[in-house]
Amino acid sequence: WVCGNWEGLTVLGRMEIVHVYTRLRGEFGRQCLFSDRPAELLVDVPPDPRLAQDFIQKNPRDQALQACRDMSEHQVNTERFESDSCGINHVEGGWPKDINPQEMEQTIRYRKKVEKDESYVNSLLTLGSVMEHCIRQNNAVDIYQEYFEDEDEVEESPEPPSAKTINVFRDPNEVKRTVSCLSWHPDGGKLAAAYSCLQFQRSSRDMSLDSYIWDIENPNRPELTLKPASPLVCLEYNPKDSHTLVGGAYNGQIAYWDTRRGSQPVETSSVEQSHRDPVYKIIWLQSKTGTDVFSASTDGQVLWWDVRRLSEPTERLVLDLSREGNLDRALGAVSLEFESTMPTKFLVGTEQGVVVSCNRKAKTPAEKIVCSYDGHHGPVYALQRNPFFPKNFLTVGDWTARIWSEDIRDSAIMWTKYQTSYLMDACWSPVRPSVFFTVKMDGVLDVWDILFKQNDPTLSLKVCDEALYSLRLQDNGRLVACGSQQGGATLLEISSGLSTLQKNDKSLLAAMFERETKREKVLEARQREIRLKERSRSEQSREGEPGREDADHGPDQLIAKAQEDFYVVTEMERRRRDANQQPPTELEDVDVT
Amino acid sequence: MAEVEETLKRIQSQNGVQGIIIVNTEGIPIKTTLDNASTVQYAGLIHQLVMKARSTVRDIDPQNDLTFLRVRSKKNEIMIAPDKDYFLIVIQNPSD
Repeated sequence: WVCGNWEGLTVLGRMEIVHVYTRLRGEFGRQCLFSDRPAELLVDVPPDPRLAQDFIQKNPRDQALQACRDMSEHQVNTERFESDSCGINHVEGGWPKDINPQEMEQTIRYRKKVEKDESYVNSLLTLGSVMEHCIRQNNAVDIYQEYFEDEDEVEESPEPPSAKTINVFRDPNEVKRTVSCLSWHPDGGKLAAAYSCLQFQRSSRDMSLDSYIWDIENPNRPELTLKPASPLVCLEYNPKDSHTLVGGAYNGQIAYWDTRRGSQPVETSSVEQSHRDPVYKIIWLQSKTGTDVFSASTDGQVLWWDVRRLSEPTERLVLDLSREGNLDRALGAVSLEFESTMPTKFLVGTEQGVVVSCNRKAKTPAEKIVCSYDGHHGPVYALQRNPFFPKNFLTVGDWTARIWSEDIRDSAIMWTKYQTSYLMDACWSPVRPSVFFTVKMDGVLDVWDILFKQNDPTLSLKVCDEALYSLRLQDNGRLVACGSQQGGATLLEISSGLSTLQKNDKSLLAAMFERETKREKVLEARQREIRLKERSRSEQSREGEPGREDADHGPDQLIAKAQEDFYVVTEMERRRRDANQQPPTELEDVDVT
Repeated sequence: MAEVEETLKRIQSQNGVQGIIIVNTEGIPIKTTLDNASTVQYAGLIHQLVMKARSTVRDIDPQNDLTFLRVRSKKNEIMIAPDKDYFLIVIQNPSD
């Protein structure tokens, strides 16, 4: 502040304090003269409480202060780093640091050191013994071997073979006739039965001539009646056409039916051209037209027919073994066998117990008869080839059933023992090669399984009280129909054990047949040898002593001797029977030499 | 020392034995009858397998321990007898 005399003005309100300083021009440059003077109040601004209302008081007040450097925060994402996990096969691992694995010497030295270590020796001895045990175990037995892996189906049904009757179809007529033949419908749902009275001159006037076709589900009424001119002895369905049947009648005629056309035969063969005796068997042949049949009868003829033209047979064969076609000397045919796999050959079973094998396609009639098999004492009522082994056939006649091999002429290769009653019919099972069925005059159905038991039937069933005359198996091997003397056809079902093919059946049976055939061949050869020897011996002796041998073996002496032997044997039998009160199971063969 | 040799010889003479390897816990083959490459391969792989097997057995039951390991394949069988410090590996072809 520079003091001086002035006339100043104070302006309040704008708080502007102005101080004017004046000086004369002439006094410029003069030195300043300072003097003291007491303080002078220039301005006094008192507080204005009214201004406090413009403000809000805030008490206490928090204020953070930091005395440090300023920093800033910032986030950044770097580029992705790919990582992968994989193993490394260490070539040489674990070597202690001081040993260089590449150096052979060092490693060998290290190894040797370890080997000398005691703990090594001890542990290795124990390990060695453990290991040896396991090694030996491996060598002894293959512990992972599959046992019984082939035989997981070994449920060899332990159930005993059985059969149960399903239905009985009875002859609806008053006068009962024998069921002489049965034939299954190719699809199996129907059964054709031929009824006739086979006993000589036993048929009465009011005996019905009809034969019936039964539906196996309905035993009360036959499905269809077949009305021939004369009772039918045999009847066959056509395996190719299930609507047609052919039947052979008691008077020797052949009749042809079509089930769609009703009960009357469509055609019947003419009486002059047919057989002169009852037609015992008729079989359909395999031919392109499917209309060929052939029939056999006890008049000694085998006739071939075409069913479209039954007026006369297409071919004729006389069963004369001397091959001369002489009807007087012909053998009466009772059964016939034809196998479709061998269409030119067929077998005929005769009343005389001889089975004749014939060839249809032979050039001359004489050659048609190929050979004969002599084995039965009575008529050969049934004849059938084994469906699996056509070279072997089954024949039934007298009290035995015999199995033959085509190659052996002199005797059967296998036969059953003599049964207590006459066997009337037999057939092989179509599913099991070793099983066959026979029916007997005492009403018993026997099931034989030659792989299981050869002395006795595997199953023996009494079907009815009267004699059973015919038997037929259905193609599935489970259903059996047998016909009785009083006109009842019984339908049975065989247990599965006998009607399912077992794995080894065929091979075992083939082996058996071969064995038996070989045995017979050997026997035949031996017989031939003996005969040759005898002949040569007899020739020699004849030179020495002429006449003596002939006298000893004249026919009368032979007959007398035979008679004597016969009486002796029967006497023995009778005595034995009285002693045991039991029927003998075997008749002894009377050897006539 | 000689007994060890004898044991190994006996094992080697058994039917079907193709090779023997003795390995220590670090995976170093101590003694072997096979060639080096196979030995090293077997040693490395089987070592891991035994460790795993042993840990498995012990995890399931800590009181239990691995006594023997058999690996049966189509062509042969690898038998491993483990111990605290060493394993004995035998490769056998069970001929029966």
